[in-house]
Amino acid sequence: MHLDNTMSQRVTFNNKFLPYLLLAPQMLVTLVFFFWPAYQAARSSLYLPDPFGLSEQYVGLENFTFLLEDAYYRASFITTAVFSALVAAISMGAALWLAIMADRIIKGSGIYRTLLIWPYAVAPAIAGVLWLFMFNPSIGVAPYYLKALGYNWNHVLNPGEAMGLVVAASAWKQVSYNFLFFLAGLQAIPKSVIEAAAIDGAGFWRRFWTIVFPLLSPTTFFLLVVNVVYAFFETFGVIHTITAGGPQQATTILVYKVFADGFVGQDLGSSAAQSVILLFVVGILTIVQFRFIERKVHY
Amino acid sequence: MADVSLHAVRKSYGKTEVIHGVDIDIADGEMIVIVGPSGCGKSTLLRMVAGLESITAGKISIGNRVVNDLEPRERDIAMVFQNYALYPHMSVRQNLAYGLKIAKMDKAEIDRRVDKAATLLQIGEYLNRKPRQLSGGQRQRVAMGRAIVREPSVFLFDEPLSNLDAKLRVQMRMEIKALQRELGVTALYVTHDQVEAMTMADRMIVMNAGIAEQIGAPLEVYNNPQTKFVGGFIGSPPMNFLPKAAQNGPASATEIGVRPEHLRFCAPGTGLFDGTLKFQEALGAEMLLHLQDTTGRTIIMRVETREAPELGTETVGVTADPADIVFFDANGKRA
Repeated sequence: MHLDNTMSQRVTFNNKFLPYLLLAPQMLVTLVFFFWPAYQAARSSLYLPDPFGLSEQYVGLENFTFLLEDAYYRASFITTAVFSALVAAISMGAALWLAIMADRIIKGSGIYRTLLIWPYAVAPAIAGVLWLFMFNPSIGVAPYYLKALGYNWNHVLNPGEAMGLVVAASAWKQVSYNFLFFLAGLQAIPKSVIEAAAIDGAGFWRRFWTIVFPLLSPTTFFLLVVNVVYAFFETFGVIHTITAGGPQQATTILVYKVFADGFVGQDLGSSAAQSVILLFVVGILTIVQFRFIERKVHY
Repeated sequence: MADVSLHAVRKSYGKTEVIHGVDIDIADGEMIVIVGPSGCGKSTLLRMVAGLESITAGKISIGNRVVNDLEPRERDIAMVFQNYALYPHMSVRQNLAYGLKIAKMDKAEIDRRVDKAATLLQIGEYLNRKPRQLSGGQRQRVAMGRAIVREPSVFLFDEPLSNLDAKLRVQMRMEIKALQRELGVTALYVTHDQVEAMTMADRMIVMNAGIAEQIGAPLEVYNNPQTKFVGGFIGSPPMNFLPKAAQNGPASATEIGVRPEHLRFCAPGTGLFDGTLKFQEALGAEMLLHLQDTTGRTIIMRVETREAPELGTETVGVTADPADIVFFDANGKRA
């Protein structure tokens, strides 16, 4: 091993096998837990198995054509779009607001931050159950007070309320994570730049929109990608415990439909096809985010 | 353009007082340099004038208007920061125009002022670049430009040259001084570099541990330091301090101070100090001789290189003209 100082500061290994050996554990994990399942999903999407999984029949792209003609599946796309947009917007907006406030306070900031980070430690299913009990139409605290105000809450029957509830629970869980990143982002902005803007005559909100927010854009962009992926995949536990996709599939987002059709409906071929579509959708979304939104980011 | 006055200005963080009452009246167009070692409170004092730190006690006024409770933007000041504090996502032009836009100045006037400042500072060709595409010296000029375009009553400089290399620093300090003269704007300039203070100041404030030890014109401060600290801080190499010999000076004096260039050789036993040569530093035109006596005390003597004697290990005596000797009492004040 020697240090090649002439062109770059790269460490060069003379041993040909060591790099491969060092990479092997990670490659093995990726192969077993990502590539193999992905391959299986892609393969299954072309087959139609019987409900007991004892036999299967090759059907080509029929699983896909069936899905695209299915009104419920198309509705699930809209549901997912609405759900993800709301979750990302609400959780990022709330987190940014809290981070700005946390950045301003001097006394007790440690306690404030710790309390804000706690929700992140709550498992999705537990978070779902917490919200479920609070908003249970018969015994929940929130509907009791809402009734006192003259509003009859029942998310079991009302699709709008059901969507509102899963969005609130999912966003609430992600606020902590976003808060941490926003706070770190805010603290990375040099104080003197803010002071220079204050001397230049900009008030608090003017400074925020013209200086702080643009300088925070790398963080915001990163969180946007993370939050969209979160809303697409990791909100399963929340939805499963609170609404189980109902009422009338009003909260059945794509990933929930993969589960519902595959494991409840026993239509494994369709479920696999949906997984493949989901993979493409998230891939395309991420590419779009990087190509069109990242241009507006100032690093 | 305005007078600035500080009256019994104090600053405390909780129970810790860091500035113990500073008084100064600054005339319109004057350049005041606040100099002191790090942690002496010089930047805090400047930030209090800027409105970035609250004033615990006392009064600061700019142009006969007490500004204690005014926001920075209401004080009619501009500040140049040590790290320049340019807006990294804006072009140089946008950086310069930012404050003017906020002041709702019309576009033609903004362009006129930006172009004028750009010409003055020779940054015209960089107007469309981002700060990260500029060198340190260019960024420094942009930071100056941002202060100039606002045509404020007072310029505040917080160690603006300390991130530049030595050569550029010497060049920029003359430029800043010339610019300040030309614009006739009152300026407060903070630095830890006593050479910068000496060369730029109309008057300087030498600060130590939250106290203004001496306020005066650079040569006045150099020749007539009011405290031992000032004598030791201003001047490079610093003033030499020796115990007072019994026969001369005021009764309360315990120590004498003498500048390295005021020392001359004499016969051993007849002067202020006897010692042998330990090191010599040849600086070119002049040479610094480090002499040490038998107790280990060192004094530094500055002589012209051409007149420097060839010294071996022999003991030499050193003396100075009585007019060049200052006396300090046990508290480090002038006796």
